[in-house]
Amino acid sequence: MTIEEIQNDIIDEFSMFEDWEERYQYMIDLGKTLPLIDEKFKTEDHIIKGCQSKVWVHADMEDDKVNFTADSDAIITKGIIAILIRVFSNQHPKAILDANTDFIDEIGLKEHLSPTRANGLVSMIKQLKMYAIAYQTQLN
Amino acid sequence: MTLNVQDIRRDFPILNRKVNGKPLIYFDNAATSQTPQQVIDVIVDYYSNYNANIHRGVHSLSQEATDAYEQARLKIQTHFNAKHSHEIIFTAGTTHGINLVANGFSSLLKKGDEVLVSALEHHSNIVPWQMLCERTGATLKVIPMNQNGELILSEFDSLLNENTKLVFVNHISNALGTINPIEYIIEKAHSAGAAVLVDGAQSCPHLKPDVQQLDVDFYVCSAHKICGPTGVGMLYGKEEWLKKLPPYQGGGEMIAEVSFEKTTYANLPHKFEAGTPNVCGGIAFGAALDYMNTIGFDNIAKYENTLLDYATEQLLQVDGLKIYGTAKEKTSVISFNVANIHPYDIGTILDKMGIAVRTGHHCAQPIMDFYQIPGTIRASFMFYNTKEEIDTFITALKKAVMMLS
Repeated sequence: MTIEEIQNDIIDEFSMFEDWEERYQYMIDLGKTLPLIDEKFKTEDHIIKGCQSKVWVHADMEDDKVNFTADSDAIITKGIIAILIRVFSNQHPKAILDANTDFIDEIGLKEHLSPTRANGLVSMIKQLKMYAIAYQTQLN
Repeated sequence: MTLNVQDIRRDFPILNRKVNGKPLIYFDNAATSQTPQQVIDVIVDYYSNYNANIHRGVHSLSQEATDAYEQARLKIQTHFNAKHSHEIIFTAGTTHGINLVANGFSSLLKKGDEVLVSALEHHSNIVPWQMLCERTGATLKVIPMNQNGELILSEFDSLLNENTKLVFVNHISNALGTINPIEYIIEKAHSAGAAVLVDGAQSCPHLKPDVQQLDVDFYVCSAHKICGPTGVGMLYGKEEWLKKLPPYQGGGEMIAEVSFEKTTYANLPHKFEAGTPNVCGGIAFGAALDYMNTIGFDNIAKYENTLLDYATEQLLQVDGLKIYGTAKEKTSVISFNVANIHPYDIGTILDKMGIAVRTGHHCAQPIMDFYQIPGTIRASFMFYNTKEEIDTFITALKKAVMMLS
């Protein structure tokens, strides 16, 4: 699936929810499905700055596709990053770099997109794209 | 007189608003307090009728603004019972006041001198002293605390010696709400020959310090925690100390004579008030103190204590909830966690229900390290909060816990 197709799926899923409670409950559940980072990568180098909770992200590339794993000590943060990873994992670095993240607005999580928000969603996206840049450079 | 909370709430327009579709419940008062209409009116009046640069102006507007600003200084002097009005320095807030003193002491300290700071400090009261010690070669030592979040006074006693030049302690801890025994600390420090600076950022909303009775050398606070605006605060310093300290910032207002060869500095308080000050903020600060004094600090303390007791009792009935900071003497601040749930998660869900609390380390990472936790949820109450709000908060908290477990 392309990034856009996955994003559309997520928008569809979130459109079924009637209120914030259902949305957040879903995110909390998603947090529990997050592909977890190997404990050995839970180091300072893998921490994303700018989050009130701790977030670790790791990436590797196989067959020209980038795969992400992550973890956080806060469950809502885990849910947010699980959504991002679902969108960006198993994709070509170029596709990750070209993707926009407008879908976050559409699933009612716009409030988390503010750069001043302590959850660091913006920093997470930036970090995922940084990995993509690094792998894209390897491919060139 | 007792406090009528419904009447008081009418003074605060912000308490009528909704957040995420729910009536706002504001329990982040230890971060900043809300502003009553009486203070908002003073701000509007200033900009509508007599906004001008103060001191030295020959025109009427400047004179009116100067009078109001200096009147505010007198109100602050009276409120804190300072001996002289020139012992009250307007600052941009608590952090500014602390830095002003720390900077001044860098010319007075030398290698081998010791600076004592309490384990309960806000970062703003740790970092300036670390910087001061780096500049001067003095050593920073820490007065430890116990599990309840109380300073261990016997340790303080044994840390004091003839090299101790300065002791810095907050009157009330922002993270835990502990009221520190500053009377004891000031007396002991003085007998060892050390000066004391007390950070009153968290105490001034709840009690009325008498700087002469305390015999404190420096006392700092911010207006925005006392129903005033942000960006303004005060430093009280004993005259003898303020004369000893060099100016902090150079600029207009703080000079007497300037030539390229030599500048002589203005007298107190202007020596420490370089540049155009926050005139409106200073005047509104005075108005905020008027407002608080009209309600009366005894009434405020009594009412807030009932809120604290009630909230503590209700919170302890939530399964898995642990309160951090259980000092015998504390104000209406409750720091807590529920089971292993991250404070950020609970704070986010509470916000969806219109409830404002603070989550995180509260700029007091050493305290969080002490308890080995990433942070806490902090609910802090003011005299305009109610028991009904606490009930709603408890229900919302239980719901958040259920969602997150």
